[in-house]
Amino acid sequence: MLTTKDLRKVYSTGDEALKDVSTRIEGNEIVAMIGPSGAGKSTFIRCINRLVEPTDGEVWLNDKNIVDLSEKELREARRDMGMVFQEFNLVERLTVMENVLSGRLGELSTWRAFRRKFPPEDVQMAYATLDRVGLAGHENDRADELSGGQRQRVGIARAVLQRPKILLADEPTSSLDPETSRAVMDLLTEIAREEGIPVLINIHEVPLALEYTGRIVGLSQGKLVFDGTPAELTEPVMDRIYRAGEQAEASAPDERTSDEREPSAVAEPH
Amino acid sequence: MGTVDADQSTSEATDRPGSATTERPKTWERYDGRTRLLRFLGLLGALVLVALSYQALNVRYDYVATAPENIRNLLGRMYPPDIAYSGAIVEPMIHTVNIAVVGTIFAILLALPVAYMGAENVTPNRGTYALGKFLIVATRSVHSIIYALIFVIIFGAGVLAGILAITFRSIGFIAKLLSEEIEEIDETAIEAVSATGANRLDVVIYGVVPQVKAAFVGISVYRWDINVREATVIGLVGAGGIGVELNNRISAFDWQAVLTILLAILVVVLVSEGLSAYARRKIR
Amino acid sequence: MSTATAYGEYETEWRRPTVFYNHTVKRLTYAGLIAFILWNVWSARVSPERLVYGFGQASALFGGMFPPDFGVSIGASGIETDRRFWRIYDGMLETLAMSIVATAVGVLLSIPIAVMAAENIAPRPVYYVGRAIVSFTRAMHELIVGIVLVVGFGFGALAGVIALVFATPGFFAKLLAEDLEDIDAESVDAIRATGATPLQVLVFGVLPQVLPRLVGLTVYRWDINLRASTILGVVGAGGIGAALTTSFDTYEYDFSMAILLTIIAFVLLGEAISAYTRRRVQ
Repeated sequence: MLTTKDLRKVYSTGDEALKDVSTRIEGNEIVAMIGPSGAGKSTFIRCINRLVEPTDGEVWLNDKNIVDLSEKELREARRDMGMVFQEFNLVERLTVMENVLSGRLGELSTWRAFRRKFPPEDVQMAYATLDRVGLAGHENDRADELSGGQRQRVGIARAVLQRPKILLADEPTSSLDPETSRAVMDLLTEIAREEGIPVLINIHEVPLALEYTGRIVGLSQGKLVFDGTPAELTEPVMDRIYRAGEQAEASAPDERTSDEREPSAVAEPH
Repeated sequence: MGTVDADQSTSEATDRPGSATTERPKTWERYDGRTRLLRFLGLLGALVLVALSYQALNVRYDYVATAPENIRNLLGRMYPPDIAYSGAIVEPMIHTVNIAVVGTIFAILLALPVAYMGAENVTPNRGTYALGKFLIVATRSVHSIIYALIFVIIFGAGVLAGILAITFRSIGFIAKLLSEEIEEIDETAIEAVSATGANRLDVVIYGVVPQVKAAFVGISVYRWDINVREATVIGLVGAGGIGVELNNRISAFDWQAVLTILLAILVVVLVSEGLSAYARRKIR
Repeated sequence: MSTATAYGEYETEWRRPTVFYNHTVKRLTYAGLIAFILWNVWSARVSPERLVYGFGQASALFGGMFPPDFGVSIGASGIETDRRFWRIYDGMLETLAMSIVATAVGVLLSIPIAVMAAENIAPRPVYYVGRAIVSFTRAMHELIVGIVLVVGFGFGALAGVIALVFATPGFFAKLLAEDLEDIDAESVDAIRATGATPLQVLVFGVLPQVLPRLVGLTVYRWDINLRASTILGVVGAGGIGAALTTSFDTYEYDFSMAILLTIIAFVLLGEAISAYTRRRVQ
């Protein structure tokens, strides 16, 4: 369903953020991507819908290579990919309803979008989705009047409104407190299951990844260094992902042996 | 045993790697010596500047001496205002309001593309950005009166010159503030709307417009308010409105009529200011 | 495709809430606004002949404006300047001096007025008087005040300076009063809680919050006064404005252009200084 082949991204500063990342996500997997800050998780997920332009490689959504698409085709493809952002990325001054309905902008003529004349089915779906994410009654609130957790739910509702084929979540819980984070993770995984679509979640908090997802992908310094089930995520593996960047540290003596600090070859996907 | 003094803590600190051993300064001053000197020089410089300027003006003290008497004289001649005359003001006053409204509307329409071009984050390319900025700076730097002088020469005396003068001056004002608003929008919202597959225009309508709409209305109403004031005076150089009448009455030494005009202007300006403040409050 | 969820019982319509009382009020307001604007445009209608006439005049005007004549030429003995140059020079010097003196005096006068017009500092009746002064001085355009003062003080810079001094509180005191009202009451209270005298509270609590803004506003007002000074001469109140109108009246358009360019240059310079200072200070 979603396949990346040798995805590479080099920024204009020379920073090589992604190095030949190849992976594959199937029909209804719930996948978490973990890794330290700066590993390239955000870059990777943004390369999928080309919010960041990849330098090299391919991104296949079913039968289309996203990288090769023209601007118009890209817009169509983006409709199939619902994205949830770390900072919620709502239009603050618009109401909750408008933010949610903006998920349908890809399918609506510009004039009707301007008049805010959405098709009745879409409005119905919006109301239903807001109820589903627990925000019934908040339709007319301005987005900036909501709490962080509520805003993220609006973001999720917006993504759902697109009727996407895949959900992409870029650190959806990083700006939230632990309890709200769990509520958001609950929501994301439930919706993915109910709609029968795969979801890729960038996440910082490894415990959440272990609890909610069936497959974990580890990114370190732009390279894919782990791909397996939560059970396979052992301490040495964690070190490989999180400690690979640190060379000999003068202060606290490290009990692990030296060869476990080097990033090893990419594990074969199951 | 019981007391810990500064010397003891500093000697312990030398044992820890990476920590500096400094003595605590005994006094605290808000600005260090150099900054204080600069501030003092700055103040001194300002005072010198003012003194020199005053010198340069060559104030005629005999005028200053007679002035209070002249003013008192003048005010005496102005009061009471000529009520009967007020009927004659209505039409010029309406012209003044026309000039302000039409001028502001034209300016708003023309300022939109200019602001779009002059906003770094939405402008299509460097060329349009340069053009936008140039137009903003050029139209802003010339006072409405000067525009009025020029347009009176071109189109003759009358309301047209006034409208164009107000329009041109306002374009730069509105476009500058608007482009600054556009540059400050939250890019994350734009990113998200693009990610849903919306086209460029949708992104503008849903992402940019909601964020600048409130400020845009505020700016436009603010400028309209200022333009009412400016429209009252451009008539002094022939560009239509109450200013023409004012000029005539002053030339005729008809001071009571002048007072009537001044009062009428005061009322109109205060009303427009009230409307403007009200509208800007509502728009949040 | 997603599995269909039962949406049946949900609403199918949604309307954006409006800041107006209700949607009817909104429509009426918009309709009224458009009608007002249309009436204005109709009222000010212009005949096509006017426009045609204008184009002819415009080409004569702009043709005469170029090349601009600054009164400077390269002669036998190096750079020579004639009467025109010195008129520009004197005019701009006077304009500059007017702006500086007017700003200095105007700001000094505005500070007590601002204190009067600050809701949190002044007692009620004083507040109203302060606000009235601000509104009144703001309503009268400098040119009008200038004309009246010319009658009292004669032609020249004095009338212009006083006109600007009169106009300054409307701007300066208004903004300063708003700043005074915005000061962080808590930090002032904190100072007061240490047992400081009212003067100390003023110096340590109020002043630091307001001082950078004061400097910024002063330079900002100077910039505005500079622009105003350039045109006060149009009504005889000093500055380069008189030279400008005379040049237009005598059809010396190349001289007019020179004056215009000089004015623009000074205005831009003033703006640059103002923007730079405000950035540094705040």
